[in-house]
Amino acid sequence: MKFTPEQVRALAGQARLGLTDEEAERLAAQLTDVLQEAERLKELDVEGVEPTLFGVQLVNVWRDDAVEASLPRDAALAAAPDVQDGFVKVPRIVEE
Amino acid sequence: MATETMVKPVTEYEVVIGLEIHAELLTDAKVWCGCSTKFGAEPNTQVCPVCMGLPGTLPVLNREAVAYAIKAGLALNCSIAPEARFDRKHYFYPDLPKAYQITQNDHPLCRRGYVEFELGGETRRVGIHHIHLEEEAGKLMHAGDRLMEAEYSLIDYNRAGIPLIEIVTEPDIRSPEEARVFLENLKSILEYTRVSDCRMEQGSLRVDANISLRPKGSTKFGNKAEIKNLNSFRAVQRALEYEVRRQTEILQRGEEVAAETRHWDETKGVTVAMRTKDEEDDYRYSPEPDIPPFEVDPAWVERLRAQLPELPREKQQRFVEQYELPAYDAGVLTADAKVADFFEACVAAYGKPKIVSNWLMGEFLRLLREDGAEVQDVPLTPEGLAELLTLVDRGVISGSIGKEVFEDMFRTGKSAAAIVKERGLEQISDEGELAAVVDQVIAENEDAAAKVRAGEMKTIGFLVGQVMQKTRGKANPKLVNELLRARLVQE
Amino acid sequence: MELHDLTVRELRQRLAAKEVSSAEVTEHVLRRIEQLDPHVGAYLTVTADQALAAAKAADEARARGEAVHPLAGVPGGLKDNIVTEGVRTTAGSRVLENWTPPYDATVVRRLKDAGVPVLGKTNMDEFAMGSSTETSAFKKTRNPWDAGRAPGGSSGGSAAAVAAGMGYWALGSDTGGSIRQPAAFCGVVGMKPTYGLVSRFGLIAMASSLDQIGPFTRDVADAAELLNVIAGHDPKDSTSAPGRAPDFTAALKAEAKGLRIGLPKEYFTEGISAEVQAAVRQAAAELERAGATVEEVSLPHAEYALGAYYMIVSAESSSNLGRYDGVRYGRREAGADVPAMMTATRALLGSEVKRRIVLGTFVRGKERLPEYYMRAARVRTLLRRDFEQAFEKVDVLLTPVTPTTAFPLGRRVRSQMEAYAADICTVAVNLAGLPALSMPCGVGADGLPIGLQFIGPAFGDAQVLQAAYTYEQLAWPEGAGRAWRAGKEVDVDGH
Repeated sequence: MKFTPEQVRALAGQARLGLTDEEAERLAAQLTDVLQEAERLKELDVEGVEPTLFGVQLVNVWRDDAVEASLPRDAALAAAPDVQDGFVKVPRIVEE
Repeated sequence: MATETMVKPVTEYEVVIGLEIHAELLTDAKVWCGCSTKFGAEPNTQVCPVCMGLPGTLPVLNREAVAYAIKAGLALNCSIAPEARFDRKHYFYPDLPKAYQITQNDHPLCRRGYVEFELGGETRRVGIHHIHLEEEAGKLMHAGDRLMEAEYSLIDYNRAGIPLIEIVTEPDIRSPEEARVFLENLKSILEYTRVSDCRMEQGSLRVDANISLRPKGSTKFGNKAEIKNLNSFRAVQRALEYEVRRQTEILQRGEEVAAETRHWDETKGVTVAMRTKDEEDDYRYSPEPDIPPFEVDPAWVERLRAQLPELPREKQQRFVEQYELPAYDAGVLTADAKVADFFEACVAAYGKPKIVSNWLMGEFLRLLREDGAEVQDVPLTPEGLAELLTLVDRGVISGSIGKEVFEDMFRTGKSAAAIVKERGLEQISDEGELAAVVDQVIAENEDAAAKVRAGEMKTIGFLVGQVMQKTRGKANPKLVNELLRARLVQE
Repeated sequence: MELHDLTVRELRQRLAAKEVSSAEVTEHVLRRIEQLDPHVGAYLTVTADQALAAAKAADEARARGEAVHPLAGVPGGLKDNIVTEGVRTTAGSRVLENWTPPYDATVVRRLKDAGVPVLGKTNMDEFAMGSSTETSAFKKTRNPWDAGRAPGGSSGGSAAAVAAGMGYWALGSDTGGSIRQPAAFCGVVGMKPTYGLVSRFGLIAMASSLDQIGPFTRDVADAAELLNVIAGHDPKDSTSAPGRAPDFTAALKAEAKGLRIGLPKEYFTEGISAEVQAAVRQAAAELERAGATVEEVSLPHAEYALGAYYMIVSAESSSNLGRYDGVRYGRREAGADVPAMMTATRALLGSEVKRRIVLGTFVRGKERLPEYYMRAARVRTLLRRDFEQAFEKVDVLLTPVTPTTAFPLGRRVRSQMEAYAADICTVAVNLAGLPALSMPCGVGADGLPIGLQFIGPAFGDAQVLQAAYTYEQLAWPEGAGRAWRAGKEVDVDGH
């Protein structure tokens, strides 16, 4: 399939990714190219082949229900761009 | 131009409701990290790099959260999946630290269960489609309380990463009332199982409702509306009742109900369509590569099953048999496990189950409701109630004074004896003391006395009332009665 | 031998013999960084004070006669996607240019506990996406042996630091070749351990099911020393293999007899330059002469590795990178509302990162996931089985690392896939979760090193080290990361 700049912009929108028009144009061409490589996977018959979804085959990795120390609030919020009264602050949630 | 009146046949509609219930699990620590889940802490004091979603952090599954979810599944008659794994549900929202929620999309832990309950004298069964385990997001507070108008919002991540189960019902519910009764039964099961404390006011239980209408007899589902922001079971019922009216009107106009998400406005009593974008519907679920899958050992499930307490319907049945209570009493007392436990403790301390039941169903539940309190917050003890009832039995106080004392005990936890003494409420059973009052009342109410003498026995109650008034309710009513009869009635 | 060019093991002997103190060594290397790094650009942040404090502490412990860790006082650097408490950690990205983490990665904790001084944080491709370190938002890193060439990537800063004597070791991360390729370009040893051997807790994720931290060193034995510090189970990483890691230095026996080597024919194709193929075959021949057996093997699905890799990497990384939204940490760009703020903030990401996020967002779409991501995950199973079958016959595979020696900075490609195709020899190893080591095996016509890759079965890290050590003892007993260059000086004139 071939990506269009409009498609790229729509995908970027869903990823909250600001793109310039020039970036959208370039990405459309590049992604079409990369996806062609992925289309080649369709040459293979993978019926009945289990997918590998993990880097290592483990099961049942747990922790106990034990409370551990949290971060001091100052440390937890030190990197936040905007803080008010111990809360992280963001601008209005709903789009203007 | 000719006017044409369309006479549309009045169609009867069947209401189809399905619910999605989110319940926070009562683990001590969060689901991926060791932060406390305790409610009410200062904002952002129960957070760490993991639940803040800091770069480089990884989740490690709290085994107890899985155990709680399995218990919920067992209590709701589900089958437990032999293996399960997690997925990522992607969306951008400032309370979601990783921009994805770890949840179970393809492989939920529990499937195909049901809840049975009584409604209008018949047994109803609502199917559970599945239960899956997931994580909470943080909590947003909007300046000025309203999302739409808020100029900014504040985020507390204490809640982020608290384990949560989502219970999805089958579309088996047929009325708004049934939705409420189902929820009351579900809540009671979850509380019994000690899986969740189900406090809607603290947000540890949340409900979304899907509702559609279809012509009676049709098997095809109509377009459904998803109702959000339901803050109480009453709100669920009201919002659904509103939706039934709204959708009926739309259908009767021959129009189509929009498939959309609607917001319940509690103060206006209406649902309002929420703005959504089509593309936002795609959560782009993908397998969670950071958490290996888990296998559920059948022996573990059996151990958890053995830990399940007696469930509400079983307890109700037992109360009927063991305490010889009417089914209604047993139903009221067992709705809340804590009330049921309190009842049994009172019976253990005092005996006479029906008397205890009357006091709890009357005074106790009334005061709980009035104070918006939980059983565990009430200072009154079962032993205290037993003491009070014994005082009434012994005639130290009257039954009506007993209710006053009860209210005091309920709020202060003081002993019945102390309250009676402090407030001078002992029943006057001294014959000499009462005789003087009785004589005075007869003297002051000659007409009434004459009527009694003439055999009009119902008037004796009026005279008893006068004596009680003069003694501020403390006179022993039985004795007053006897004294009046001795004076006015020729045997 | 210059002080800064010693191996970890050589330096440890001198420290133990008190011929030199760790503080002196650390000061020496810090001075070298000061002089040389303006030309090379390996480091983004230098933590001189912390390094010296750790060095002094190690000296004091040695002076008190305490039993110190073998690596105590031996300074090195960390790729800047490895999280360091109190030290800025950027992952090479503008969105994290101001982020000072409140915690240490598990590998960092282990290094600190061992008394190892950390010199600083090394440059990298933004979020480890790239193969030249040029996608870094901050600076260019130059190949120490030819300033006009790339050091490779994404761990280019770590490779260049070790190559140029600005650290005795460095840690990098490898998702599709990001340790092995820069090791090949800079002429040092680089190892990607088995997935699950080294904790990923505190490694800023690119593709979670592929990422793995590993060491850069000047010889194979040093790689084993570093692995001894960083490997082992971590309860904070659910994908960390249980149990204690073995002592990898015990594997260091030069013994070619009985060693069965496979040359996968799919890795010797027209896409790989003749001189690279020849150098790798030459290495195989040397091992064979010393008693190893060499046979051709086949990995039939190898040609599909790149396609599967780019699907999985873009799906996972686009998911992992959603969190850079300007809310809790890092840069925030102003916006009238939250969506606008997030979009403006994420516009700070570089074009390679955006490319992968857009592709990954596409691939994870409701309708696309089975078609692309799940299909790639099934192909991944086929690739794993190819390797498993090969390892029934041989102990290690020997392959090229890169098609050519280091390519020029600012390289132009005709298509995106042409750029990605250079990863052909490295990505399948990550898809299969295997251990692999890259080391120099010769010098190209341009005077730059040629890399050789040893691949072993899952958790056969010791096997890989043993084979690589055997080859090194035969071909480059002075240490492969130094011997190939035979007195070549760091190129500081190239710009």
